[in-house]
Amino acid sequence: MADFDLTRDHFALFELAPVFSLDTVALDQRYREVQTRVHPDKHAHLSTAEQRVAMQWATHANEAYQTLKSPLKRAQYMLALRGVDPQVERNTAMPMEFLVQQLECREVVAEARSEHDLDALEELQHDMRKEIKAEYATVGQELDAGANEAAAQTVRRLLFKEKLLHEIEDAIETIETA
Amino acid sequence: MALLQISEPGESTAPHQHRLAIGIDLGTTNSLVATVRSGMAVVLKDEQGRSLLPSVVRYKADKTVVGYEAQLKQSEDPKNTVISAKRFMGRGRNDIAHIESMPYDFVDEGGMVKIKTVQGVKSPVEVSAEILKALRERAEASLGGEITGAVITVPAYFDDAQRQATKDAATLAGLNVLRLLNEPTAAAIAYGLDNASEGIYAVYDLGGGTFDISILRLSRGIFEVLATGGDSALGGDDFDQRVFCWIIEQAKLAPLSAGDSRLLLTKAREAKEYLTNHGEAPITVRLSSGEYVDVALTSETFTEITRTLVQKTIAPTRKALRDAGLTPEEVKGVVMVGGSTRMPQIQKAIGDFFGQEPLNNLDPDKVVTLGAATQANLLAGNRAPGDDWLLLDVIPLSLGLETMGGLVEKIIPRNSTIPVARAQEFTTYKDGQTAMAIHVVQGERELVSDCRSLARFELRDMPAMVAGAARIRVTFQVDADGLLSVSAREQTSGKEARVEVKPSYGLSDDEIAGMLKDGFSHAASDVKRRALREVQVDAQRLLEAIDAALREDAHLLEAAERQRIDADIVKLKAVIEGEDKSAIDAAVHQLSHTTEDFAARRMDQSVKRALAGKKLEELDL
Repeated sequence: MADFDLTRDHFALFELAPVFSLDTVALDQRYREVQTRVHPDKHAHLSTAEQRVAMQWATHANEAYQTLKSPLKRAQYMLALRGVDPQVERNTAMPMEFLVQQLECREVVAEARSEHDLDALEELQHDMRKEIKAEYATVGQELDAGANEAAAQTVRRLLFKEKLLHEIEDAIETIETA
Repeated sequence: MALLQISEPGESTAPHQHRLAIGIDLGTTNSLVATVRSGMAVVLKDEQGRSLLPSVVRYKADKTVVGYEAQLKQSEDPKNTVISAKRFMGRGRNDIAHIESMPYDFVDEGGMVKIKTVQGVKSPVEVSAEILKALRERAEASLGGEITGAVITVPAYFDDAQRQATKDAATLAGLNVLRLLNEPTAAAIAYGLDNASEGIYAVYDLGGGTFDISILRLSRGIFEVLATGGDSALGGDDFDQRVFCWIIEQAKLAPLSAGDSRLLLTKAREAKEYLTNHGEAPITVRLSSGEYVDVALTSETFTEITRTLVQKTIAPTRKALRDAGLTPEEVKGVVMVGGSTRMPQIQKAIGDFFGQEPLNNLDPDKVVTLGAATQANLLAGNRAPGDDWLLLDVIPLSLGLETMGGLVEKIIPRNSTIPVARAQEFTTYKDGQTAMAIHVVQGERELVSDCRSLARFELRDMPAMVAGAARIRVTFQVDADGLLSVSAREQTSGKEARVEVKPSYGLSDDEIAGMLKDGFSHAASDVKRRALREVQVDAQRLLEAIDAALREDAHLLEAAERQRIDADIVKLKAVIEGEDKSAIDAAVHQLSHTTEDFAARRMDQSVKRALAGKKLEELDL
């Protein structure tokens, strides 16, 4: 199994340079190119061994693609490749100031939600998206400059902010469908 | 120098006969079967030239009747005539709406609701199998040969239990299932290939009992489902039900007998259909009670009494778009599928939502079957050069596990492209805990009690450790049919448990085997002969596939590996024509095993070539 290349990292799988600011058009194209070859539908009439390999490959290609496509997953994955564990579960040692700010934001969301204040929620959504975008620019620079510890800290901030954005969007959806 | 030929994967270089493959739309109200003939997908008709087969099964003491003949007797013999069985697939009694107004004698056993008939208790799986069998026989008569395999469509929003029940029904009907295909995706194939479409499309599929909305990106022969949503218990039947209630109210009718209920429901459906092209539908009927009903339903009233139903399709549509990260304006076209989309109020609501006229240029009854037939043809290996397209579908509902406090931990989120596998580690919460109960659920809610329970199993005999020390890795794998299997492994001891997610609502393999045997009870040897024949066909296919692979890629093998493979081929060839099924099974298994590394290397080579080709293309730009 020496040359069974499912062990390559996700960047190598799609033959892309291992940088955060990757070529997303090339990623899309190569993912499709790989799936065109490996998808189980292309092997349905072949031997069971080939079907099994196809299933493994297609599963792996999907996983790799989803990881690289999402900027948050991509950042976490790049850290993992470099042996840096952002310790998202255990390390909650965030600056006090940041945590307080997050708590305040959540309260604002909860209030807007209970008052069915769509305008306020949409404004929060807009602001949060802008903040998150800026954080991704930061983490990209940090990762591509090899500043792993700084990048890990940014990733932890992003996890909080993405969760908050999700809460905002969930509130909007709940109000809209009520 | 002679040029080397490199064949496409999925396109055998060995000449082979055309394999008979069919696509089946197993609908709530009507079912259809289609095949690809000289490159064209065509719906197969019955002897009377009819395309549709009403999804109605009537059980008589001495025989079973399917289709139009059964439909005619539905008011006369409602208890033994099962309609809309699709609504019961993989469902318990509590899951089914309006169950009180249904004329059947329900039996609730083993999770899935069943119906008592003169022929005994029948599960929805068996009822569906009768419909599938009728379609299989139609196809065999029409194509003049044995069917290699079938693609069967299911609503995109069907959960694991409903999918498994559908696959079981096909097995029971003697069909080899090449793939379960989502109905809107099947429609997108038929539509997209027909119109050479590129861009973002929405497929709005409102059938007799189910609603699906799928958002797809069509690009260079790839059909990529971005998001899907729906309601697996919403369809034309519910519109009939509203009209039915309206008639009862208008005519001030007393509680009805089962036969009268069925009769009035039929009248309600006819009125609904009439309103597609008329402003007012007269409803007149003499009930067995002697009461005479004479009312008229205007399209305004019809729109009014069904407004909430139409709204119920808009919410999932909005959600699917949001999941895909798109706005209605970004959708290039909206393909309408399913007979229920003929209702003018549906056309209007969807037109308003997307800000464009929906696309109605394909027959909404047939488009799903035609797409399924096209996919079946491809999967059976009948692909013609250039006939190159691929489907990337998603799972409709999130899959997760129960954790402490009855909460759900999502493992695979909805709208993940399949096949997909995801693993997560869990730990024990008590000192010395040696077993762990694993409860697999499907749904979007946070509480286990709000999600559908798919399976429970236990990982036992783990080494006793302090709380939190064990590492239990639970892996979810969803295959290309959208079916889930789950395995759990304690990392330090290597103790493993695995389930195909089946038992909760599906039938066990033993049950299916039992039913199959019953079906052939008058000729038990038929079952054996059929099984042997199937194994022989599969073995032959394996030999052909390996033969082709060896001719293309023998260079990937070391001499010793090649010898082992050749030896196993000889062994299989020695038993393939014999009567000993287990000997063939064993030889097939052995050969599959020996060729596994070879298959892996071929795939790797294929991917490398694909990317190399891609890079050259990019250079050209």
